[in-house]
Parts: sequence; C-alpha cells; structure tokens
Amino acid sequence: MQEAVKANAARALDVEDLSVRYGTSTAVDGVTLAIEPGEVVALLGPSGCGKTTLLRVIAGFVRQAAGRVRVDGATIDHLPPNQRNIGIVFQNYALFPHMTVAENVAYGLRARGLKGPEVEARVSRFLETVQLGGFRERLPRQLSGGQQQRVALARALAIEPSILLLDEPFAALDRNLRLDMQIEIKRLQRTLGLTTILVTHDQDEAMSVADRIAVMHKGKVEQFDTPVAIYDRPQTLFVNGFIGTTNLMNGRVASLQNGRATVALDAGATIELAAPAGLGIGAPVLMSVRPEQLALSAIPGPDAWKVEPGLALPIGAQLVHEARTTDGTFLKIIEPRRAVSNDAVRVYCTLAADARPTLFPRST
Amino acid sequence: MRTMTPPSPDGATSPADGGGKRSVLAEWQLALPLALAFASIFLAPLLMLVGVSFFNDDKITQPGFGQWAKFLGDPFSYKVIADTMLLGLKTVCATIVIGYPLALIYLDASPRLQKVLIFIIVMPLLLSVVVRTFAWIVVLGREGVVNTLLMQFGIISEPLRLLQTELGLVISLTQIEMPLMLLPLISVMSRLDPNLRDASSALGASRWRTLFKVIVPLSMPGLVAGCLLVFASSTTAFISQTVIGGVRLIYLPLLIWQQSLVVFNWPFAAVVSLTLLVSVLTVVSALSYLGRRSGGYVHG
Repeated sequence: MQEAVKANAARALDVEDLSVRYGTSTAVDGVTLAIEPGEVVALLGPSGCGKTTLLRVIAGFVRQAAGRVRVDGATIDHLPPNQRNIGIVFQNYALFPHMTVAENVAYGLRARGLKGPEVEARVSRFLETVQLGGFRERLPRQLSGGQQQRVALARALAIEPSILLLDEPFAALDRNLRLDMQIEIKRLQRTLGLTTILVTHDQDEAMSVADRIAVMHKGKVEQFDTPVAIYDRPQTLFVNGFIGTTNLMNGRVASLQNGRATVALDAGATIELAAPAGLGIGAPVLMSVRPEQLALSAIPGPDAWKVEPGLALPIGAQLVHEARTTDGTFLKIIEPRRAVSNDAVRVYCTLAADARPTLFPRST
Repeated sequence: MRTMTPPSPDGATSPADGGGKRSVLAEWQLALPLALAFASIFLAPLLMLVGVSFFNDDKITQPGFGQWAKFLGDPFSYKVIADTMLLGLKTVCATIVIGYPLALIYLDASPRLQKVLIFIIVMPLLLSVVVRTFAWIVVLGREGVVNTLLMQFGIISEPLRLLQTELGLVISLTQIEMPLMLLPLISVMSRLDPNLRDASSALGASRWRTLFKVIVPLSMPGLVAGCLLVFASSTTAFISQTVIGGVRLIYLPLLIWQQSLVVFNWPFAAVVSLTLLVSVLTVVSALSYLGRRSGGYVHG
C-alpha cells in the first residue's frame, strides 16, 4: 500500500536564534535548532514553555521578533502561511466541519489550482494511505477521534508538504488509540521521509516517536539530544527533573581531579563522578541519580550511606523501595524483584553497578 | 424523570415507574400557566383579528368576504405588499454588505477594542425609536449633516432629496436594524474554531478563499438569523417608515394605521394586518428553510 505514495526529498529545517515576544513577555527566547532532513524532532516541555509558539512561527501564523527559519537553507520568514507549503495537524484537528472527508483532503489541492481527476486521484491515494478509503463521503462529526486525526493527517500530507508539523497530535486520543496512532505516524513518516516536528508535553510520547528531543523551558531550549542521551545525561536540573523520575541528594565537592569530582554527600558517603565545568572545591552540589541506579545493601562502606527503609511496593517485575537518609532526604529505589529478600538488614544504599549519576551546582 | 430500577420479576409496575409517570404529568402541568398566558395574550387577539376581517361593514355587523375581495381586487394593494417586502429585502442586503465586514473586523479586534465595538453596535437598541428617527431627520434633511458636508466638499451643487425617499429610509433602517444583524452573526462567528482559518491558510488557501469556502459557509446560521430579524423588523417599522419615508411612501403598516385609526374601518385594517403577517411569515420561513439546509455545522 505504501508504494502508492512516493517519497519526496526530505528537507532540512534550521531555526536560528529565534525570539518571539508578546507585549513585554518573551514566549520564545533565542532558540536555535538544526533539524536534519527526514528527522522527527519533539518539542517537549510544560505548558507555557513556548513550544507551541515556536511551531506557529514555523507555520507562519506568528511573526518572530528576531531570528530566522530556513528550509533547505532558504529563509521562509517573508512568506505568508499559505505560501510555505508546510503541513500542520492541529491538536483539535481543525477539520472543516461543513465538508466531507474527501472535500477536506481535496481542500489544499484545490487551493493550489489542481482540477478534477488529479484531485480525485490524490485524495483517493492519501485516504488509502491513512486507511480511510471507505469514509470519503462522511462528515467529520460522523467519525471517531482517531479517524478524524487520520483525515487531518491525510489533508496535511496531500499537499506534499516540505515539513510536517504536529501540535499535540495524540493529546485528544484515549490511551490505546494513542499508541496505535504513534506507530502509524512514525511508519508514515518513515515511508514518506518527511521532516517532522512534534509538539508535546508528554515525555513518553516524545521518547517513543522522536529521533531527537528539544526540551524547552521558559522559552529556551534546555537540551537538544536523542531520547537516550536526554534520559541518561540531562544537562540541566530542569531537564533532569522533567524527564523521568530522579533522586536529588545534597553534597559538597571535596576534591577535584582530571575533570572528576569527589563529592561528600550530606547523607554520609563519598562518591566520585564526572564534574561539570565551573565547580570549585567546597562548592555545594546536587547529585541526581535515577531510582533504578540505586541499590540497597547490607554492607557498609565509604561509598554507601545509611538509610531507614520505608515502604516497598511491588510493581510488576520491579520492587519500588522508599527510604530516608540520615539528612532527611527521601529516596526512591527500584530493584528487580527477587524471590527472597533480606530487607531487614539492607540498611545501606549505594550506587548500582552501571549507575550514571549527574552533578549540578546548587544555589544555597 | 426515568429511573434505572428494573421491572420487578412478577411483571408488575414497580413503584419507581409509577413515580416517573406522575412526574411527567407534573412537568406538563407546570407549563400550563404559561401556555394559558400565551393563548390569552397572543392567540386570542389573533383569532379575533381573523374573525373581524370577515365582516363587510366597518360597524362589524354583516359577516362576509367583502373586505378581502376589496383588498385583493385592488392592484394598489399588490404594489404596497411588493414595496413593503422590497423595503425589507433592501434593508437586509444593506445590513449584510455593511454588517458582515464589521463582524469580521470585530473578530480580529483585541478584546479591549471588542468591548468598545459591541457598545457602538448595541447603541441603536439603547435609544428610543423616536429619538433615533428624529436624529436621522437631522442627518438626512435638506440642510442636514449629509447634504451640508457633500455641498461643502463640492461633490454636489444641489441638496440631495433623502427624506421622504426610499433611499433615505433604507439608510436609516440599515443603521437602526444593524444590531439585529451583527449580534447573531458575531455570536456564531466567535464560536468558530480559530484553528480553521490557520488550517485553511496552511493548506495554501488565500484570505479570500478562506473567507468564502470556510468562514461564510460556517457563519450561515448567524447570517440567516440576522436576515430574519432585520427583515421582520424593517418591514414592520411603522415609525421610521412614516416619519422618514413620509406619507407618500405607503407600506403595509401605514395602511393598517390609516384604516384602523383614521378611517376606523377595522375589518379592512384586519385584512391588511393579516396580509402583512402572512407575507412576512412566508419570506421568513423561506429564509429559515435555506438556513437549515446550510446551517448546523457549528461545533460539528
């Protein structure tokens, strides 16, 4: 079925030092993103972080105060939205309620001056692509949420856009349908080789669909990297807290050598780990470590700290422990569930073998 | 109120069902006083009007079809009916031509400007009919604002005759009826999903294409409602028609007034009244039929 849709050449998209201001507030603040041809990039962040505004600038609905947007090196800033050839799927789909499914998909083609049989052929082809061939004459209100989204997708794809923008595309779908649509969009995007930008506040969605994620906060891109790198090596405290769950422990830098720091944790242990630039000896720091990268042990040592075990919740194949350190920090620890466990004597906490803790400067 | 109680096993009606029936009856009874009020205030006079129209003499003593025959046999009647309907249609067209762009401007305005605009739009409704009609006399008169300005700028050398012409009447009715067009139009348009415009634009459509293919079809319910209100209101606007149009422009309301309060021929006045009612209802139902066919897509 996919052979019917020819893959058009994927375009690179460059956002350079882009800023958007609404009155006195800055919605997007100096954002630079270099997006490769055919790549899926998720703009991820809490509401109000500027991700939707950035998408609307790329689509041409919002004018930037500064910066450029380039497609394959050519700036598109001077073009109105109707000359940018960018496909967009809105969160609420924004299907034309007075037109049938086929008329909706044909809308962009007719606006481009295409006529009769050619429009028909393309409408059929793209409705087949999204598996809605039998729904041509339905009105949008006669379709389910997932079907409406597929119509919106077919409508955006039918104009053979250079870039595809998706604004919270899965937010209005229920859980099961969401996964189906994520797979379908990913598959379509692969087949068509379309450069795609996806706005979402759902990190799982960003992780599963995107090749790279730009985590945004207060109008700035905090980190632009692959999902794995963002999870494992968060570069800022915000990214660290926003992606996944984490434990934060207070400490001070005891010594520095060859870019590695020895940190004395307030909980009572010394840990050696990679140091970020700009730390001095004695500097207050936060050590961030994921719950699955901590372990409980019965053996004391210099790199283990004493904890007071609390609740233990079995979640599937895992056991989630809650524990309190001597300095009053609550830790979450995730371990594989074992048949026999001697929790009573395991009162020390250490880093697990493959732990990748991250160090952040702490403002006191 | 229906309850979810299943019927009892032996098939007897459960107490809950009986309660449900009683409450349905009670709801119906609750509407009764209002229904009686409507019947006595609207329906009874209308029936009396119909009754009065079937008398031959102005003392209302001899039943017969004489007045109907007199009215429908006179070519002058048809001219008055046609003039009245045309006046309504011309006012409707003028309010659409001026009102639709105004509604679009309102939609694009900032919330602050919208408040000012809505005040200006509603203003004609806040003024007394007599005051705004006399204001139009001042504006349209021989030495009124319009003529003075046009003469000062040298556009015309002789004052235009606007008072006691249909043009002047349509101009003033357009202003007076404008809120009735704008309010339903704005209420429907502001409920439209703003993303629809963006979607249309992103798909490559020009502003005009977006207007005619998306915004106009989707605002049809408001447009039709506005047309109905403006039509019904301008065809029956007796004071404006008489004061601005003068006695030489004869519309159905003026005819009714002459027959009932000048000549005291109530049966003939009843015939004209019913004719006005039927003509307005015919146009209004035709318009609302068209509206139903095109409407119903808001929030689709």
